[in-house]
This record gives sequence, C-alpha cells and structure tokens, in this order.
Amino acid sequence: MTDPHAASDRIPIALRTQALEALLVGRGLVDPTVMDTFIKMYETDVGPLNGAKVVARAWTDPEYKSRLLVDGTAAVAELGFKGSQGEHIVVVENGPSLHNVVVCTLCSCYPWPLLGLPPSWYKDPAYRSRMVREPRTVLAEMGLHLGDNVEIQVWDSSSEVRYFVLPERPTSTAESAEEDLVRLVTRDAMVGVAKVVA
Amino acid sequence: MTGGASKNSALPVELDVDGLAAPPRSNGELVFAAPWQSRAFGMAMALTEAGAVDWEDFRQELITQIAGWEATAKPDECFSYYGCWLDALEHVLVTRDLLAAGAVRALAEEIAARPAGWDHGHDHA
Repeated sequence: MTDPHAASDRIPIALRTQALEALLVGRGLVDPTVMDTFIKMYETDVGPLNGAKVVARAWTDPEYKSRLLVDGTAAVAELGFKGSQGEHIVVVENGPSLHNVVVCTLCSCYPWPLLGLPPSWYKDPAYRSRMVREPRTVLAEMGLHLGDNVEIQVWDSSSEVRYFVLPERPTSTAESAEEDLVRLVTRDAMVGVAKVVA
Repeated sequence: MTGGASKNSALPVELDVDGLAAPPRSNGELVFAAPWQSRAFGMAMALTEAGAVDWEDFRQELITQIAGWEATAKPDECFSYYGCWLDALEHVLVTRDLLAAGAVRALAEEIAARPAGWDHGHDHA
C-alpha cells in the first residue's frame, strides 16, 4: 500500500462503501437493520424542528430561557432532545448589537438532537475557514447583511462544546403563541447565518 | 459554496420547508446527497453503538482526513465530506484490526468486475 488514495480513487466510492458494508456485515460487526434505523432517524425524525421548539419556548418562557443559557444540555433535555452529539450544548443569544454564528473549523461538530445532521455548506472547507477570517463578508454572501454597529462573534464548535444560537425574536411577533413561533425558526437562524423573519 | 444553502431547485417536489411538517431536509437540502453517503453514515453510527469503534477516535481520524484533503486538493477538486468520512472509518477499522488493509479495495474491484445486473442493481437505496 504505497499510495492507497491513488488506488482507491479509481473505484467509484459507492462501490467502496458497498464493499465495506459487505465485509462488516459478513463479520457480524454491523447489523444492517441498525444502520437503517440510524439513517431513517436522521432522514425523517431528528431535524431543525426540535431546535425551533427550544427557541420558541425560550422566547415565551423567561425562566426556561434562563436555564437554557446557563445549561443548554439540561434545558434541551427537558424538552426530550438528547442523544448522539447532544452533549455539551452551549446556547449563545443574539441581540440588536451582537450577532453569534457557529462554525466547526476542524470537522463538522453540530448539535444533532436539535438540528439534525449539518448541511453541506457547514462542512465545506470554504465556510469553515472563511467564517473565522471574514464573517461579515461570508454572512453577506449568504444573504445576511449586518450593520457595522453589530458585533459578530464566531464560535468554533468541537466535541467539548457544541454551540447553538438563540436568534432574536422578531418584534412583530410579540403577541404570537409559542406554536406559531416554532414555524418561523429556521435551521440557518439557529446556526447564525440568518435572522428569523416574521 | 454558501450560495446554495437555501435553494431547493434540485428537488423534484415542492417541500414544506418552513412549516411544522418540514422534514430534516428543511431549507431545501436533502440530508444525504446519495445512498452511499447514508450507508457510510449508518455504518459509523452502528459501529459506534456496538462499541466496535470509539466515536472520538473516529472524529480525530475524520479531522485528519479532512485536513489531508485540504492540504493536497487541486484547485478545481470538489470536497467530498462523506468521502473523508469513509476513508476515516476504513482507517480506524484497519487500525483496530477489524479490517485487513486493502480488503475493501479488493472486494470493490471484484464487485466492479461482476457482469452488469448480476444483483438486479440492488444498492440498499
């Protein structure tokens, strides 16, 4: 094996994946039905709707919001959201003069129980490096134009700390019920690359 | 890269991307772009749950693979996150003696050499 990459690159990656699965199943190391369960979970069950429920609760229940900002992991578990990559969640709150945005510079750390699996742009080398160097420019490219008076804080998620953004509540929603607020909260707002709009 | 974050033109059907029925593909992007990506994901999860692979070992190897790609990629080369994921998984399994080095490539070449249609195109999709 002088250059495994050069050799394996000639084989379609779908075939390599198929071969690896066949070898692992053959040796009893993985159960395909367990794989299917995990895949289905993140394709259909666990996604940004969970995070939106956390945000709407925080917007309407000040005591919950206090707990969320003190101990994110415990507060989201109150709503039943826990599991793989759900440990060490730290919630950062956006405001009129401070905008938080999350990146994982090394790989793709992300609070799965709240947001599901990360989108491809979050894993992209350009996002991971540029968001740290020039956040205002990258946010503008993604459609979020922040005034010069707004400070931007970039948070680097890891396995020790997974950041989650509590977006600003639109002022026009002061009378809205919690369940209506849930519908407004997008994944991008909870990563910090967008605002919630009513 | 970033410009495609909110586009859903690639989807064959209009999804409810904002409402309560919004699936995790919300914001217009499918969770997995191809079936093999979901299999690679599912394998890592199943191996971790069974205790055969330590998640942190895997994550560190994933970081290494991503950094290695970034250090050697040609300017026009597209980043494949799940390609790095698969390489990391294979590396961890070989390191733990759960897989022989070269075994995946050998079997993949064998599968590639089989006549078309031998397995009715079944790919777990």
